[in-house]
Amino acid sequence: MSALLEVSDVRVRFRTMGPLAALTRRVHDPYIDAVCNVSFQLAPGETVGLVGESGSGKSTLARAIAGLVPVHSGSIRFAEQELSGLGQRSFSRVRRELALMFQDPTGSLSPRMKVRSLITEPYRIHGMRDRNFRQEAKRLLEMVGLSADFGDRYPHQLSGGQARRVGLARALALDPQLIIADEPTAGLDVSVQGEVLNLLARIQAETGVAILIITHNLNVVRHITDRMAIMYLGRFVEIGDTDEIFERPRHPYTEALLSASPEPDPDAQHHRVEIHGEVPSLMNRPTGCEFHNRCPYIGERCKNEAPAFSQATSGHFYTCHHPLNTST
Amino acid sequence: MSATETTMTDGVAPGEEPGALKQFWRNLRGEPLGLIGLVLVLLLVLSAIFAPWIVPYNPNEILVGERLAAPSAAHWMGTDQLGRDVLSRVIMGGRVALLVALASLGAALSIGLLLGLLAGFGPRWLDNGLLLIFDAVRSFPVIIFALALVALLGPSLYSVIFVVAVTSIPIYARIVRTQTLAMRNNEFILAERAMGAGMARILGVHVLPNVLGPLLILASMDVPLIITLEAGLSFLGMGVRPPTPSWGTILNDGYSYIRNSPWPVIFGGLPIVLATLGFTFMGEALRDIFDPKLKRDL
Amino acid sequence: MDSDTENVLEVRDLSLDFGSPRGRLHALRHVSLKVPRGRVVGVVGESGSGKSTVALACMGLLAANAQVVGGEILLEGRDILRMNQDELQAVRGRRASMIFQDPMTALNPVRSIGTQMVDIQYRDRITDSEKRKRAAEMLGRVGIPDPRSRLKAFPHQFSGGMRQRICIAMALLVEPALLLADEPTTALDATLEVQIIKLLERLQSEIGCSILFVSHHLGTVAELCDDVVVMYAGEVVEQGTVRDIFGNPGHPYTRALLECDPGRIKEKTRQLPTIPGDVPDVLNVPPGCIFRDRCPRAFERCASESPVAHGAAGTAEHLARCHLLDGNSEGA
Repeated sequence: MSALLEVSDVRVRFRTMGPLAALTRRVHDPYIDAVCNVSFQLAPGETVGLVGESGSGKSTLARAIAGLVPVHSGSIRFAEQELSGLGQRSFSRVRRELALMFQDPTGSLSPRMKVRSLITEPYRIHGMRDRNFRQEAKRLLEMVGLSADFGDRYPHQLSGGQARRVGLARALALDPQLIIADEPTAGLDVSVQGEVLNLLARIQAETGVAILIITHNLNVVRHITDRMAIMYLGRFVEIGDTDEIFERPRHPYTEALLSASPEPDPDAQHHRVEIHGEVPSLMNRPTGCEFHNRCPYIGERCKNEAPAFSQATSGHFYTCHHPLNTST
Repeated sequence: MSATETTMTDGVAPGEEPGALKQFWRNLRGEPLGLIGLVLVLLLVLSAIFAPWIVPYNPNEILVGERLAAPSAAHWMGTDQLGRDVLSRVIMGGRVALLVALASLGAALSIGLLLGLLAGFGPRWLDNGLLLIFDAVRSFPVIIFALALVALLGPSLYSVIFVVAVTSIPIYARIVRTQTLAMRNNEFILAERAMGAGMARILGVHVLPNVLGPLLILASMDVPLIITLEAGLSFLGMGVRPPTPSWGTILNDGYSYIRNSPWPVIFGGLPIVLATLGFTFMGEALRDIFDPKLKRDL
Repeated sequence: MDSDTENVLEVRDLSLDFGSPRGRLHALRHVSLKVPRGRVVGVVGESGSGKSTVALACMGLLAANAQVVGGEILLEGRDILRMNQDELQAVRGRRASMIFQDPMTALNPVRSIGTQMVDIQYRDRITDSEKRKRAAEMLGRVGIPDPRSRLKAFPHQFSGGMRQRICIAMALLVEPALLLADEPTTALDATLEVQIIKLLERLQSEIGCSILFVSHHLGTVAELCDDVVVMYAGEVVEQGTVRDIFGNPGHPYTRALLECDPGRIKEKTRQLPTIPGDVPDVLNVPPGCIFRDRCPRAFERCASESPVAHGAAGTAEHLARCHLLDGNSEGA
């Protein structure tokens, strides 16, 4: 089965300063690599999680896939079509199959439009004026579990959870093949996080849509993704089957992340891995393995030699000289 | 999982929210200066609209026997040096003031809006280029600019409107540009781009309505400036031609005869003061009402 | 440590309203809690619970549209609600200090951190160089490398995690009896949160201050706190030791909340539990139990009568406001 989304060796660079400033400050390379040599595949109907902390590049990668941010090198193939370097008009057609859900639920809704207009916006943008907007709005609202009278409300009249549903309804308008959800549970209380996630699960069961979920919340990832990738400083440090990674993480950073989301049990024995220091600036990438200066298991080669991808099991890869949980 | 949600908590359902107009009225009642301003503005606007019907005398009618008369029952504001009723001239002058304000503001706003949206949303080079033009225009003192234009076109009402419009465009364009720039990276704009919306749609449907509100309020606070500007230009003889009454020309006429009678000057200046106060109070009250960040104290 | 130890903070029956365009919001209703000397008390709740409001009230930092309509807040025995500005000034930043959620904006951006840390020692009659020395010492204790030279640096030159450490340093420099922490790790990445929590644990045992820790991260609270207060829509619904609350929750809300925490769910599932419904509007507070509309075990009494605190399973301090715990009605 061919992959729905195929990302190969993608690099996204941002300019940090203008040519004049670079000259005066003698900076040779005034760029930062927000995403560095990332490759992965997503099958139709699959749910994949991109996990990382701030500065990991997960949001940038998502935006690059959605065409909101230009890709410096590498290829992004979606539904057999190459996306990088595609013109605006051609990309417009792709946008019908690829929808985004944004992190800020109310902020991503145009404040002066009613919900009904907001969720039928995709039809208007793509010139589908023959549709009955009212009916479509009703259908979409129903799909996300909101009553039809929500169509008359404005974004500021919605709670966070309701605004998220509206965002999802909008994403579903053109029946996409892939939904990229950027932090769908951010800012939500624990007691309502489940609503959004259960809804996504139901939609997926009904429509077979694939989901790429960007999040820093490992607890969420565990329940709803088939596979996940951990990002650090713009690179994948580990990618594989979710259950497998949770049970036997290989990369020390993965282990640290897992232990940083404790279960609420005061008596639980926490193997709390504390990694010291902070995420280095993208302008000063560490040498060798980029995690070496924070790694509790640092070894000889780590400072000078960048590790290549090793395979743990089928589909499970990591970059580490001294991986954990290896069965030898 | 709940199937439908019909209860609202931290938002307000459309049925429950007090009508926007009623809410606005309630807010306005809390701003006494704003109400005064509103009254003054209405007074000006209505008297300007119905001027031909409410003037007690023909503003241009010369009554030689009653030159420079003090205010009386027959002439509430007295008469000027040609015996013309000052009150009638003031009311007609209001028409001129309002016409200039509306016409020049209208032109400045529409062109400024367009240029500001382009500068804020378009490519860097366009923004830089437009800013250069704006700053160049703004660096000219208005009076010098007016002199130059009057020399070219001859003094008239239209020259005034033109001058005021052209010098105001950069101001509004800059405001719109700043707002557009700020909004450019808002999530909902990003969402529109992600859905494939083009620049025209984004600017017209999503940016414009959000920019218009604050812009109009600011514009209403500029009306007194424009009125004063027109009066000033007319006072210098660069504006409306006699015998058309304008507050500025009333002042001009009265100025020469100030030793004989102070009244024309007083009543020429009074409407300018009242109009300025009116629009300023009203504009500030509107701005405070529509500012979402101001909390209402207990 | 039993409850006979002197309480550093005692909130008694605090009720507070906020003015809003829609009317009075009854943000806090009859809130009572205590922080004994040397203990870490966690206040958990979701949005709209009022937990942050309680912390801000304890420092007298409420907005102008807030009005206390009843109760007392006793800081070391003195009611801060009845204090005037001077008395409050003497207490704030000396006996009680606070750290906030957003380290990005908690520091003055135009003054060096050295200046700021010297400024807060304004009451002490020691030389400036002494003050700088203490500041550098404190920075070292919170894990800022090379503290002496970093005193001259400005907040924007530090990362978020570092800034929060600086805020902690500033708060604990005065060695207060009580540290109020309002969601101090919410804006930080998970791995940073681990560091900050460990830091707080260490400093708390070194300095011996009490901490009132407001958070919605159940896992963090379980790890850091000795006692826990659970709030819902402006009321305290349950309180007890951390083992009481996480091991034997007495209130249906607490139980439901714990069930929803995805970290607690062992089995992988795509149907995560939730608490259906919304937090009630505190504009018109309905009679009876505040959790009634969303409680799976509500019965008639819950609609008319607001429950009082009943003893729950576990320690003597474990109390929950639920009719089910009342011996006279249906058993729990």
